[in-house]
Amino acid sequence: MIRYFRTRQAALTPLLLLMPAIVTMLFVVALPLVFSLWTSLTPYRLTRPETIEVFIGIRNYVRIFTDDDFWAAFGRTILFLAIALNVEFLLGLGIALLINKITWGQRTLRTIMMFPMMFSPILVGFQFKFIFNDNIGILNNALQSLGITDQAIPWLVDGRLAMFSIIFAEVWMSTSVFAILLLAGLFAMPRDPLEAARVDGCNAWQVFRHITLPFIMPFAFIAMTIRSLDVARAYDIVQVMTDGGPAGRTELIWTMLARVGYENARMGQANAMAYVSTILSVAFTYFFFTKLIAARRYMGGAE
Amino acid sequence: MSAISLSKVVKAYGKLEVVHGIDLQIAHNEFVVLVGPSGCGKSTTLRMIAGLEDITDGDIRIGDRLVNDLPPRKRNISMVFQNYALYPHMNVRDNLGFGLKIAGQPPRVIEERVMEAAEILGISELLERIPAELSGGQRQRVAMGRAIVRHPEAFLFDEPLSNLDAKLRVQMRTEIKKLHHKVKTTVVYVTHDQVEAMTLADRIVIMKDGYIEQVGTPMDVFNHPVNTFVAGFIGSPPMNLIPARIAGDAVVLSDDVAVPVPDRLKAHVSDGMAVTAGIRPDDMTPVGHGIHDTDQMAAVELTVELAELLGTETLIYSHLAGHEVQGKMFDPRDVAEGETLEFRIALDKLHLFDAQTGRSVRAG
Repeated sequence: MIRYFRTRQAALTPLLLLMPAIVTMLFVVALPLVFSLWTSLTPYRLTRPETIEVFIGIRNYVRIFTDDDFWAAFGRTILFLAIALNVEFLLGLGIALLINKITWGQRTLRTIMMFPMMFSPILVGFQFKFIFNDNIGILNNALQSLGITDQAIPWLVDGRLAMFSIIFAEVWMSTSVFAILLLAGLFAMPRDPLEAARVDGCNAWQVFRHITLPFIMPFAFIAMTIRSLDVARAYDIVQVMTDGGPAGRTELIWTMLARVGYENARMGQANAMAYVSTILSVAFTYFFFTKLIAARRYMGGAE
Repeated sequence: MSAISLSKVVKAYGKLEVVHGIDLQIAHNEFVVLVGPSGCGKSTTLRMIAGLEDITDGDIRIGDRLVNDLPPRKRNISMVFQNYALYPHMNVRDNLGFGLKIAGQPPRVIEERVMEAAEILGISELLERIPAELSGGQRQRVAMGRAIVRHPEAFLFDEPLSNLDAKLRVQMRTEIKKLHHKVKTTVVYVTHDQVEAMTLADRIVIMKDGYIEQVGTPMDVFNHPVNTFVAGFIGSPPMNLIPARIAGDAVVLSDDVAVPVPDRLKAHVSDGMAVTAGIRPDDMTPVGHGIHDTDQMAAVELTVELAELLGTETLIYSHLAGHEVQGKMFDPRDVAEGETLEFRIALDKLHLFDAQTGRSVRAG
């Protein structure tokens, strides 16, 4: 009998030891998820708490899927993501390659490179709002003083230019994520395959294209995973610089979501949007992770 | 016309000169091994031939082309690296064919040559694998395969076996030798292992501190080392080197040990000359355990300090004239430490070096 309890106890020990983690995960992740999923199936309004008890099925989802504004914001978010990630990747790669060549002062430069990441995105937003301001902005001022234009370019007022300005700010702030990870990749790169490729007949570009780039791509995928999550929930910079304007031309999923949820107090519908956005993020993460795993398969053979 | 020729090649990093104007002619299809201790400049020399290092002064020719300023890709050579240097993201097939693909060869030719090389090296089953899935020996084969597919003018090997375990190293050494017989091409091979040098080379180039000490066939450098460095470097266990003095017709090792000057060296020494006597362990054996009695022989008594049993022979550590020496006992019997044995020294194998310059007295 005692033996029976002993073995029972032994079997329970792992479960018992895992309990704190399980409980924490339950309260911090699972419950909120379930709660928000539920609210996305109700007409929940912050101003009328009792509405949380009304079940309306997938009506919120139907409404956002038939809403052109939502799809516009959705598409714009993907466009924003695609442009920002690609530009950051290219710039980051360039910076990493240049810094990798430097022999003197490299550590200092590496640190300086990280500066933009040290600022709060809200402040970066304010700063670029000032830079791009059409009347008092430093950019228009500079362009006019240099005689490049005599007009005040409406950076944040014209729809396309506003999008460009936001992407510019985003790229300025976060290119160093790519740069630092790609630089780490370049540091880890063994020298021998590069020399072997040179002997094998490659010129400098071919060495880069066929040997260096494939080797550092896993690092780029890590950066892309991090940044895709980051950019997909972009809110602060947009909110500060244009507030989704002019006329909704820079509205992204999350600025729309915040407007619906907090300004219009329609939390149920906002949560439905949040779920769609989450699926988008999961899709991106899954995509880059698949790439990463495929690329990592050969990393062990680098030596 | 040489396949590769180096004349007065100098390499300096800033003010630090590491290779001091070396001259070397390598014939077509010759297997030349550069050997020396680490830091002797052998790898640098190889990398200069490959074009991976610029040369500071002098000329390098491959075939009849002056290649001083040509990048590696225009030199028509291929190289096998110590760490294999395979392209980690490509499978074996693509690794082998990469050079041909870059050269713009049609896929049919690439396929043909890759299969041929894979056949020669016995890696046909591995073509779809990536380097991470290969063992050290297999990676080494792929690296060699990558070198031979391009049918280059010369192969350069940079310590290709030093990352392999001892058994595999011996096996791959034989394979490299066979490979050279199969694909007759000029080979320049760098190693720090004198056994590899002796077994593989048509000619050995022994380097030290950025100078070439001696160039010759393995037999030549083993039997006629030009100086004490080569004498001590080539041969395992190394040659015993003992300071001595010439007195009349005798080489005096110490007050109580002297051996006659061999006839063939008499013309090269003078009375009172300070010399270094060199005797290989193989040429100093206990009576009845190696050297047959001839008239070119000397006798010494040695006390066994340590005996290393190797199977077919026993290595005996002792002191001769106050210097540690090693002798060999062939067809060994059990010996006890402290036992005194009468040894024979083969005088026809005795080497004498000028104590001042370290150079063989025969070389003058």
